[in-house]
Amino acid sequence: MIPVPPPSEPATKTRRPLPAVVWPLVALAAILVVDGFISPSFFSIRLVEGRLYGSLIDIVYRGTPIALLALGMAIVIGAKGIDLSVGSVVAIAGAVMAHFIHLGFDPAVVVAATLAVGLLCGLWNGFLVAVLSIQPIIATLILMVAGRGIALMINGGRIPTFRSDFFSALSTGRIWVIPSRLFLVALVFLVLWAVLRRTAFGLFVEAVGGNASAARLAGIGTRMVTLATYGISGVCAALAGIIITGDTRSSDAVTAGMWSELDAILAVVLGGASLNGGRIFLATTLVGVLIIQSLTTSILMSGLPPEFNLVVKAVVILAVLLVQAPKVRTAVGSLVAAFRPRRTER
Amino acid sequence: MRERRLPILATIAVFVLLYALGGLHFNHFLSTGVFGNLLTDNAFVIIAGLGMTFVILSGGIDLSVGSMIGFVGIAMATMVAHGWHPLAAIAVLLVMGIVLGALMGWIIDAFEIQPFIVTLTAMFLLRGLCFVISLDSVPIKHPFVEAFSDFHLALPGDGWLSGPALVMLAALAFAVVVAHFTRFGANVYAVGGDAASALLLGVPVRRTIVGVYALNGAFGVLAGATYAFYTSSGYPLAASGVELDAIAAVVIGGTLLTGGVGLVIGTVFGGLIQGLIQTLIIFDGSLDSWWIRIVIGGLLFVFIVLQKLIMRSVTALGASAAPG
Amino acid sequence: MDVPARPRVVMRGITKTFPGVKALDGVDFTLAPGEIHALLGENGAGKSTLVKVLTGVLAADAGTVELDGVPIRVASPAAAQDLGINTVYQEVNLVPTLSVAENLMLERQSSRFGLISWRKTRERAEAALARLKIHVDVGRSLGSCSLAIQQLVAIARALDRDTRVLVLDEPTASLDAHEVEGLFTVLRDIRARGIAIVFITHFIDQVYAIADRITVLRNGRFAGTGTIAEVPRMRLVTLMLGKQIESHYAERPTTESIDQTGAPVIAATGLGRARWLEPIDLSVRAGEVVGLAGLLGSGRTETAKLLFGAERADKGSLVIDGVPVTLRSPGQAIRMGFGFCPEDRKHEGLILDLSVRENLILALQCRRGWWNRVGQAEQNRIAAEMIAALGIATPDAEKPVGQLSGGNQQKVILARWLAAKPRLLILDEPTRGIDIGAHAEIVGLIRRLCREGLALIVASSELEEIVAFSHRVAVLRDRRKVSEIVGADITQSTIVEAIANS
Repeated sequence: MIPVPPPSEPATKTRRPLPAVVWPLVALAAILVVDGFISPSFFSIRLVEGRLYGSLIDIVYRGTPIALLALGMAIVIGAKGIDLSVGSVVAIAGAVMAHFIHLGFDPAVVVAATLAVGLLCGLWNGFLVAVLSIQPIIATLILMVAGRGIALMINGGRIPTFRSDFFSALSTGRIWVIPSRLFLVALVFLVLWAVLRRTAFGLFVEAVGGNASAARLAGIGTRMVTLATYGISGVCAALAGIIITGDTRSSDAVTAGMWSELDAILAVVLGGASLNGGRIFLATTLVGVLIIQSLTTSILMSGLPPEFNLVVKAVVILAVLLVQAPKVRTAVGSLVAAFRPRRTER
Repeated sequence: MRERRLPILATIAVFVLLYALGGLHFNHFLSTGVFGNLLTDNAFVIIAGLGMTFVILSGGIDLSVGSMIGFVGIAMATMVAHGWHPLAAIAVLLVMGIVLGALMGWIIDAFEIQPFIVTLTAMFLLRGLCFVISLDSVPIKHPFVEAFSDFHLALPGDGWLSGPALVMLAALAFAVVVAHFTRFGANVYAVGGDAASALLLGVPVRRTIVGVYALNGAFGVLAGATYAFYTSSGYPLAASGVELDAIAAVVIGGTLLTGGVGLVIGTVFGGLIQGLIQTLIIFDGSLDSWWIRIVIGGLLFVFIVLQKLIMRSVTALGASAAPG
Repeated sequence: MDVPARPRVVMRGITKTFPGVKALDGVDFTLAPGEIHALLGENGAGKSTLVKVLTGVLAADAGTVELDGVPIRVASPAAAQDLGINTVYQEVNLVPTLSVAENLMLERQSSRFGLISWRKTRERAEAALARLKIHVDVGRSLGSCSLAIQQLVAIARALDRDTRVLVLDEPTASLDAHEVEGLFTVLRDIRARGIAIVFITHFIDQVYAIADRITVLRNGRFAGTGTIAEVPRMRLVTLMLGKQIESHYAERPTTESIDQTGAPVIAATGLGRARWLEPIDLSVRAGEVVGLAGLLGSGRTETAKLLFGAERADKGSLVIDGVPVTLRSPGQAIRMGFGFCPEDRKHEGLILDLSVRENLILALQCRRGWWNRVGQAEQNRIAAEMIAALGIATPDAEKPVGQLSGGNQQKVILARWLAAKPRLLILDEPTRGIDIGAHAEIVGLIRRLCREGLALIVASSELEEIVAFSHRVAVLRDRRKVSEIVGADITQSTIVEAIANS
């Protein structure tokens, strides 16, 4: 027993809190405005040879792989999990894809095989977490360590290159003037949104993440839900792998998706989700991705050496984490309350 | 035999098995030369692993140690290039490492933020600082460093103990004493086993957590210095991913990832097992290098499952306590 | 009443108020050296608050505490320990991964030249245990020892310092009969050394087996005290439960609603689980309410969870609608049309971050499965209906349920199950922690549901309510069913008698 009386329930708020989407958008807007000051041409978008060019397009384009990873990660985190292995799954997916292309398969088969391998990786993680009840960080660490080795093995220790019109078109091509990979993200977003909000899955994930024992007593098969979240994350990572590998037209098992798991987690957190689970914000997660990407772009533009990128990122994460910490919130809350006139109870 | 000693026995069994495997298949494998190299090549991972052992014993995890090694290397190389004596540079960096570690520990405990994300931040920060200091490899040229790498302590047979190996052994002795023969060490085990109970039993939890990460910072700097001496250079991308090797060394060394159970000496075996796998694969020549990662991943899995089963038997009785 | 000549502890007029609740209201408590003093009371009686004041965990708003005639102010648990007041909690607060010796000597290890001498430390640990005649390998990890041994180690640690008062907070809650006897032997030995022992328990038999005196609290007030001889069982139970002379609920439920023809909705035969519940027989028909009565810890919650599949039975059989079934999970129970409102709303009932609407439709959604989502319009309709039907006070259905008051939270859980249209509803303490007005509403609701043909099992510590709605009452004591009272025989006094008689 800890010598603290049970905290009284939070005072009922009379005012409706702002929608969760507001804060990430404000942050993004702030970064973009600063960028606008630094570089007047920042917002200009030109059409060159049927292709859109401009900083904004660049941010969206480059953010695609992380966006795919982050969407899957948002669901895993919603169920109070975490997936550290997505970077390695990107590498595995890239290797599988290159392998199947070399075997001369049809692009449809290649895509199916790659996604199946991604699903398998995710289910492996889910099995460790849901069935063997190993902590998510530790469970996914195993594949994080072994994954790049597996990818290297599939690659035969080389960096196989390939030519594939289909995958080049998918990754670097365009449909009308818009990069085709953006359509992929939009598609994944819509599918995940439908799965979450048009079936009961989203509610179940949030219930499991919010209070697993209550969810179980309400009849939710918590194991299946957990398993599914990791499966989805695996598939998303495989898709990111397809984009990254299609971009370079080669499968590099060591650098593909390097550190991307961290960016994906960061995007989810920036999107307003708590690492303690309970809520999934798909849309704001995408905003989180844009924040990370535009931060990178602004550092480049601001004349600061690109080396500062990681340092700035670290400072941003820390600030967000501290703002999110319940302890800090309570402290700030009580500080605010102390300066407010007391209302009569009830 | 007590259940919580089972993982370390498994570790030693794996180590002996791998060694026997090498001895059977390859001539010259069972020489002190190979052993000496094993110690030298894995010294910095093991030193990082020693710090990680304390962190994991306390129930935490540290993802920043790889960046710390890289940062120390590049910072030291740059300082030496500006005329510092390497030892003075190490001293300054040691203070920095301890302060940064203590800060991380404080944030983790005071704000109840998960250790992995706090140390992740530090990983970004330190790696970023590496790039800020230098984008290229910086050689370390100093008489002291040359003397250090020339230093050998002959072993019977054809082997010797190198400088890094000796630093590692000294660090090990220090870590064993701190972990097993001080109140601080006992408190680390208690906090990792059950922090709430430890608090009620009078353990200063905040001080212990801060101390653990500070200590880990010191080991990280030491590992970085050893690595820099070993390679005679600093490189901003050096040792990326070493945090995973260090964690793997601790887990394969039989320390419970949930905290509270494990031995410092296990980490040494865990690090050496990884080194042995590498050596075996190199000796073999026909096996490819990626097997190293896969085998280590497999070992991680086996040990984590083993730990899970052991924890189940240890806490089976306590868990059945029923509410009123 | 005999007050010892020189009491060890005298607490007078202790008052403690939490926001909205008066936990203790002018309570007196006297403890003599060399006695085992049982402190009893139902949930919310204030016994744990009183102990927390004594052990420095909480500060009292008013009142005085004297230790051996000297007024003291206990600021913290550490200060209490320095004064010789030590506590052993029900959930043993030791570290399971450490060895017995390490637990006993944590922060007290012997050292030589600044380093811990484990040999000496182990010897001291062995000596501390030997003093209590406990023989256990001190190198074993504590978690691998039985709970009884863990409990004794905790006591040994408490006694390793100069102890004047030893507080045991439900030490026997998870022990079997043999282990309890072993603990009592140790306690008698400690008593003989002149240490004053406060023994908090809810096992009546154990009180009479070991205690010298009894103090009973009820609703934060002093209810009575006396030696074992002065307080016989009947009087003790009456003191604990209070005597409600007249009932608010005049009429007894009619039996017309009970479906006597078909098979019972659920029938358990010898259903039990080791260290959880002794085998129990229980059946419920449609349109029938079966009450589960008993003191705190008597096995009410355990019975409810076993019947719902939240804990797996390892003995006995379950027949549902005449078909034998093995319940493996709550999900399975829900698909069979069961519902369960747990006692611990915050941890087992609600998902606090989710909205009222989402919490409401959860069980219905589980019955329908993953793919057949309850549509938005239907969700809104159900939420509106339930909020109106149960009078849930919330500005709208989208408010996070964690921001509602306790009574409204309880209604949300009830509504969750009603929305799922169950055939059998198991309610565990449905009126706990909600205001008096809401009590009557809930009782009325139970009666209405029963008339509509639902089968209900309701566990409650409020005898008045049990009498008001039950067709049959299963009386539990010490995790076993001791009696079943049917129909007109159900009165508060017959239940009290059944609880008290051994």
